[in-house]
Amino acid sequence: MDFDLSDDQRLLADSVTRLMADRYGFEARKGFVKQDTGWSAEMWGRYAELGLLGLPFAEEHGGFGGGPVDVMLVMQEFGRALALEPYLATVVLGGGAVRLAGSAAQQAAILPAIAEGGLKLAFAHSEREARYDLADVQTTAKRANGGWVLDGAKSVVLHGDSADKLVVSARVKGERDDPDGIGLFLVDAGAEGLARRGYALRDETRAAEISLTNVVAAEILGEPGAAFGTIARVVEAGIAAMGAEAVGAMETMQSMTLEYSRTREQFGKPIGTNQVVQHRLSEMLMALEQGRSMAMLAAMSVDEPDAAERARAISMAKIGFGQAARFVSQQAIQLHGGIGMTEEYAVGHYFRRALVIEHTFGDTAYHLARLAAEVE
Amino acid sequence: MDLRLTPEERAFRDEVRAFIRDNLPTDTRERMRLGYSPRKQDTVAWQRILNKKGWAAISWPKEWGGPGWSAVQRMIFIEENQAAPAPELLSFNITMIGPVLIQFGTEAQKSRFLPRAANLDDWWCQGFSEPGAGSDLAALKTAAKREGDHYIVNGSKIWTSTAHNADWCFVLVRTNPNAAKRQEGISFLLVDMKTPGITVRPIVSIDGAHHLNEVFFDDVKVPVEMRVYEENRGWDVAKFLLGNERTGIARLGKSRERVAAAKEAARSVRFNGRPLIEDAAFRQRVVQLEVDMKALQITQYRVVSAGAKKSDGRPDPLSSVLKVKGTELLQATTELAMDTAGPLAMPIWAQELAEMANEPDMLAEAAEQATGNYLFLRAASIYGGTNEIQKNILSKAVLRL
Repeated sequence: MDFDLSDDQRLLADSVTRLMADRYGFEARKGFVKQDTGWSAEMWGRYAELGLLGLPFAEEHGGFGGGPVDVMLVMQEFGRALALEPYLATVVLGGGAVRLAGSAAQQAAILPAIAEGGLKLAFAHSEREARYDLADVQTTAKRANGGWVLDGAKSVVLHGDSADKLVVSARVKGERDDPDGIGLFLVDAGAEGLARRGYALRDETRAAEISLTNVVAAEILGEPGAAFGTIARVVEAGIAAMGAEAVGAMETMQSMTLEYSRTREQFGKPIGTNQVVQHRLSEMLMALEQGRSMAMLAAMSVDEPDAAERARAISMAKIGFGQAARFVSQQAIQLHGGIGMTEEYAVGHYFRRALVIEHTFGDTAYHLARLAAEVE
Repeated sequence: MDLRLTPEERAFRDEVRAFIRDNLPTDTRERMRLGYSPRKQDTVAWQRILNKKGWAAISWPKEWGGPGWSAVQRMIFIEENQAAPAPELLSFNITMIGPVLIQFGTEAQKSRFLPRAANLDDWWCQGFSEPGAGSDLAALKTAAKREGDHYIVNGSKIWTSTAHNADWCFVLVRTNPNAAKRQEGISFLLVDMKTPGITVRPIVSIDGAHHLNEVFFDDVKVPVEMRVYEENRGWDVAKFLLGNERTGIARLGKSRERVAAAKEAARSVRFNGRPLIEDAAFRQRVVQLEVDMKALQITQYRVVSAGAKKSDGRPDPLSSVLKVKGTELLQATTELAMDTAGPLAMPIWAQELAEMANEPDMLAEAAEQATGNYLFLRAASIYGGTNEIQKNILSKAVLRL
């Protein structure tokens, strides 16, 4: 056991903290939300300059060779700042799929472009009827003219509206719920027959509905029909990244609420002098620390070689930090009172980020049921 | 950063596990598997086996018989020992009076008491709480008046766990009723339970068992050399004691053992025509507890590993998180074990059934003990600083409110 960060990791965390503190205040963020894409191209460029966009990629691909703990450190800062950029979609999910399943040529073509800030990906996997079942893929891929033709629809594709390329899952064979028979395809966002409708999620991050009608996919990642393992790993890495983001968001909600309870006076004294408020804040602190432990578990399980063990740890972590984030965010609004309910005040934005995280890649009920099926 | 045990730590865990497996007396293990609290003789016998191995005084320096373990090793040992399940080291001896004497005791006190405490030749109990001084410990009134080379102690203590087993008691007494601050008039005395004037009255708790006592002091003569540290500075000793070594406070091994017991029972009872273990709601409850135990285990690693790097020797206020969450889990896991018993959670009849059938009814016994555990562990959020006090500590020490 070892909880120390390396010097490089400390340096990384410090530089991201500084960048976000300087450039990503809540007021600045309001401006970023209003951009056409719903996020800041300028910040994206700065992430590239700092090496964040290639963080988990190999050095030969213009990356940093970082591991899940490095990603955790960055995501924690993004959670504090409520960063809007498609980092999860591009670097962790889309880039992760290419890194895990792409050929040498595909990696060499795509990963450096991501690292430089010139290419954005999205992971177009989930479908409207699949809920959280990763194997439930109805989009089809059929061989044609030496390539593949995709038909179907993808739902709530994170940052699918601004991606240059999509990593699309589609069934090459098998029944609707069969883990076997799914492929992952690289599709240009501008491909003929691909239509996308972008929208904001509750937390002001962007997503898209994507329909595919006779879309020719130029490339497939890995073997046709054998992508389920990659999909699971990509989602696991996404959960771990969001766990760190949730911790950053919880920390901010906790400290905002603490500060508010010190300064907000009622009945002639700060509300934080009331024991009932103090105990609630202590409970928030306990939830935050338990949630932090679970986010660490997720990060440190991403590279666990045993797939069953890894899936189990990630599900436990998702439940743990999801419940913690729900508790902390609900209490944060409650202790703020009316002001916490307003759109102009930051706490409600963190609340909604936590909500979106909890409902991405399997909510608490889903992961509880998944683990419950394995009780021996 | 790495959450997994290192190969050395894993090897240590396996060594502990194997030693417990090979040396824990079978009848003790079997009784505890059924959920019984260890009897006095079980605890004594096991601590002596551990002491012979050098594993009893786990947090003491080597010169007083400690094994020289790291905080992580202590945590691993405690958890394995609880999960075995084996009798826990007597905390009054090992985590309370031992470290106190090592820090504050005279050479004579150390050499007289420490080896006997490690080997459980003396069973210690804690005379802190009083009828008027619970969470507000400094309100204590039991008085010690100096007369020559003795103190004369009068007053009473309450909730004194295992006083009926004890040979010695460490007692907080008021030596200066006129001190400017309440905390400044308190002294810390070591009292032989055989001293004339001491009366121990049992308090039967809601589980029907006798763990707790009232202890009355009626002109009890205590030699001055039995005072630890300076007169009227006993509060410093008490604070040290309460903050010292909170590694085992989460009692995760015990919670783990209770979940295992509930799962074991759930395999043999039927619910809606199938084994209870197959019921979705039961399984989700188990998973939720496992998730919470996992989170606490990692939080405990973090607190322990941060504590090992601190040099000021002060307890980490975050150990209050371990106390609150650990006792909540202890309560939730014992609740699960009780609920698993279904209607068998109610009767107190195991002994009668055994007498009637002339053989023990293990299911009835385990069910009866599951409820007993549940009932007694309602105390877990009260003892050792109530969970409300822990939240006060967090509010002040961490949140600075």
